[in-house]
Amino acid sequence: MFYLIAEQALNGLQYGLMLFLLAAGLTLVFGIMDLINLAHGSLYMIGAFVAAALYQAIGLFLPSLLLAIVLTALIGLILERVLYYRLQRMSHLSQVLATFALILIANETIKILFGAQPLMISMPASLSGAVELVEDELYYPAYRLVIIAVGLAVALGLYGLVNRTRLGMWMRAGASNPEMAAVMGVRIRPMFTFVFVLGAALCALAGALLGPLLAVSIGMGESILIPAFEVIVIGGIGSIRGALVGALLVGMIDTVGKLLLTIGLRAVVDPATASTLGPTMASLLVSLLMVAVLYFRPTGLFPARG
Amino acid sequence: MNGLSFAAAHPGHTPLTDGLPGPWTAIAVAIALTLYPLVINALGEPFYLNLGARVLVFALAASALNLALGYGGMISLGHAAFFGVGGYAVAVMGQQGWLAAWMSFPVAIVLAAGTACLIGLVSLRTRGVYFIMITLAFAQVFFYLAISLPQFGGDDGLPLRVRSLLPGLSLADPMAMYYFVLFVAGLAFVLLYRLVASRFGRALVAIRENERRMAAIGYPVYRLKLMAFTLSGGLCGLAGALLANVNNGVTPHMLTWHQSGLLIVMVILGGSGYFWGGLGGAAIFLLLEEVLSERTEHWNLFLGLLLLFIVLAAPNGVMSLRGRLRRRAQAAKEGAPAA
Amino acid sequence: MSHADTPPHVVLETHGLTKRFGGLVATDDCALEVHSGEIHALIGPNGAGKTTLLAQLSGELLPDRGRILFEGRDITRLPVHGRVAAGIARSFQITSLFNRLTVRENLALSVQARTGHSFDFLGTVEDESDLETGALEAAERVGLLDVLDQTVGTLSHGRQRQLELGVALACHPRLLLLDEPMAGTDPEESERMGTLILSLRGRHTVILVEHDMDAVFRLADRISVLVAGRLIATGTVDDIRRHPEVIAAYLGDDEESEGRAHPLPGHTGIGA
Repeated sequence: MFYLIAEQALNGLQYGLMLFLLAAGLTLVFGIMDLINLAHGSLYMIGAFVAAALYQAIGLFLPSLLLAIVLTALIGLILERVLYYRLQRMSHLSQVLATFALILIANETIKILFGAQPLMISMPASLSGAVELVEDELYYPAYRLVIIAVGLAVALGLYGLVNRTRLGMWMRAGASNPEMAAVMGVRIRPMFTFVFVLGAALCALAGALLGPLLAVSIGMGESILIPAFEVIVIGGIGSIRGALVGALLVGMIDTVGKLLLTIGLRAVVDPATASTLGPTMASLLVSLLMVAVLYFRPTGLFPARG
Repeated sequence: MNGLSFAAAHPGHTPLTDGLPGPWTAIAVAIALTLYPLVINALGEPFYLNLGARVLVFALAASALNLALGYGGMISLGHAAFFGVGGYAVAVMGQQGWLAAWMSFPVAIVLAAGTACLIGLVSLRTRGVYFIMITLAFAQVFFYLAISLPQFGGDDGLPLRVRSLLPGLSLADPMAMYYFVLFVAGLAFVLLYRLVASRFGRALVAIRENERRMAAIGYPVYRLKLMAFTLSGGLCGLAGALLANVNNGVTPHMLTWHQSGLLIVMVILGGSGYFWGGLGGAAIFLLLEEVLSERTEHWNLFLGLLLLFIVLAAPNGVMSLRGRLRRRAQAAKEGAPAA
Repeated sequence: MSHADTPPHVVLETHGLTKRFGGLVATDDCALEVHSGEIHALIGPNGAGKTTLLAQLSGELLPDRGRILFEGRDITRLPVHGRVAAGIARSFQITSLFNRLTVRENLALSVQARTGHSFDFLGTVEDESDLETGALEAAERVGLLDVLDQTVGTLSHGRQRQLELGVALACHPRLLLLDEPMAGTDPEESERMGTLILSLRGRHTVILVEHDMDAVFRLADRISVLVAGRLIATGTVDDIRRHPEVIAAYLGDDEESEGRAHPLPGHTGIGA
């Protein structure tokens, strides 16, 4: 039982870190530009599809992943230059509509390019084994460990970028008070481009890494968007630290909660119902956490805006 | 300062009056919708009867959203939840053999309104992007519930093998179904009109225009918004109950946030904050879908591009174009009164 | 303005009012007393906490500690709209009106809040006579009868400032909180606003936050001085003018200022 939970905790950590990759870019875009981007998940989907298709074509995982990141970042750059730059000065309603339109366009384009069927890809052979973490008791897939390592490295890197560099200082200033930052001479425009492209690249990284673990399918961006939003609301808009803490909380509650709730529910209802109801109640728990945070700390756990 | 602005010369048009329709439009709309089935029958295209009923259902859902979004300025991405709760209420009660409309419809409305009230209680304490994200996240809980509980049919949803029962009228007949939808939606539209034309409606629009000032002159802003949000949710649930009948069942798709997005799209297409916005938007949307999806698999691509175009060309919504035209016409009339 | 010998009637009092933002103490243990019918000016250097104090009086901010009593009733926890119902209305430093509505509609909204029925969903708005009367009365008081049907966005800044006051007056408050009513006005508009504020004396109790010291010393019956969140002095215009702490706070320890007849009015360093 203990190792079962430990394994799920590792899964939760892995899920949480991937959520963080998505939430980090999203929260900065919200915080700095006060821009709601529903299509953030579409960049994640695009990254996943490009990486999966490339991997199927050339058979090399790392180059496919890197190329997918570059291509998605490029798409992000074009979108920012052509569209988001204008949206930033429009109402929230316009932003909702335009980015909703982008989702429709992205989904349909992917369908035209890759077909409606999900892409199934295997993980690279060198990482397909399991690692014995505790003798005879806990084996954990090597690939997931790599994901955890990459996630932690990116989190550390982002933390350093935001807290130790001049650019990061500008980003924090921009997120806490955009007008003031502009007055103080922070060049908001190029910084936003940078943040948006960085966000797109992080999306692609998450999508490419998760490709072998789940079906790469149309609509994967929309289903991941909601947990990413919950992460941001819990952590506080504009805060990288908040995004990390929020993502790990959501990841853990979702994964470990699922397990514990399913086990607990078996005592009350039949196993089939328990195994479908468990995940729902775990999602419910995340929503409840969000309500609690909003009630006690309306601006999130780590508010960027003073 | 330009002392003689358009609005000054025409005090009849301000945001407080823009949202109120004239009686003649209402009469014309009512006549057209009543005659529609007769025309369809004469043309021998019974399929369009069902389309007409669906337009009316979505018109009601979009108009309900319009109350919160267009009049109240609350950008809710969660109205699919209320729509779905209404539909599922009727479908689940139907499974249990409770088919009488006088029972299932009120239950659907009350459940949807209750859901809206609960979601509103939390989310209306927040502003801006927070509100959008939170309504979205809460609504998703209902989607998860629907697909995970076998009682709700999981991914397949629930069929409604027998449509709701009414004394003296069988909804199995498409014509009867259409007129029932028209009757119910008509009642809802009368109610909506009374709402937006009342002092409550005026306060709601003013909150949209300047919430801080409304609080400062003594309005209980939070309670007014919550009331509007709840009413909006209840009416959306009524639309869901109707859709369960028209479609002979419900699917989880009713509850997706994609559905919430489409309802917003309809409101914008028809005119956010204008009384006939929901009806116009639903009609435009469903007709476009009908026409385009017959010709191409990728009608969503067209929809996406159309939406992008609208946002960039008319950022204040489609109805702002009407205002622009009206102004131009006015200018032309004043320039050449004889013409 | 002479005060009668009877002790003044206290309309508003705060006890130990304190508000912190992180490490910054914006309001520090404030004990304010405002008398019935007076124009009570609240002055202090930039960042002294005037706006924060006003926001606590109007209910937009909740204090961390302390109490606010209005006409003897504890209103510390009352929300903004509840305070308006109790008889307190405010104007904003940065004009905050319904810009797309007409002057008449702006004023009528205040009247509607006061006369109720905002939860009356089904009553049509046919009988508008109460709103009309109230709007006209307020428009007349602030001199906007000639622009009733103009949209606010088309009015000059000075006129918008008048309406800002009118919208608050239409709430029929007994206590008016005016946040820099002269902000951004030209001398002529400022003069007109001054006359308007003087016309309130006796009919309303007024708390006036204003940067224009000439105006403050001309209009106020009494003045309270706020420095770094603390009330350092309250008194008549003459008391304040001679108050050593006030002079020090405004001018630093500048010895030269002692020779001036009127160190405070017209002094330009205050708002800088």
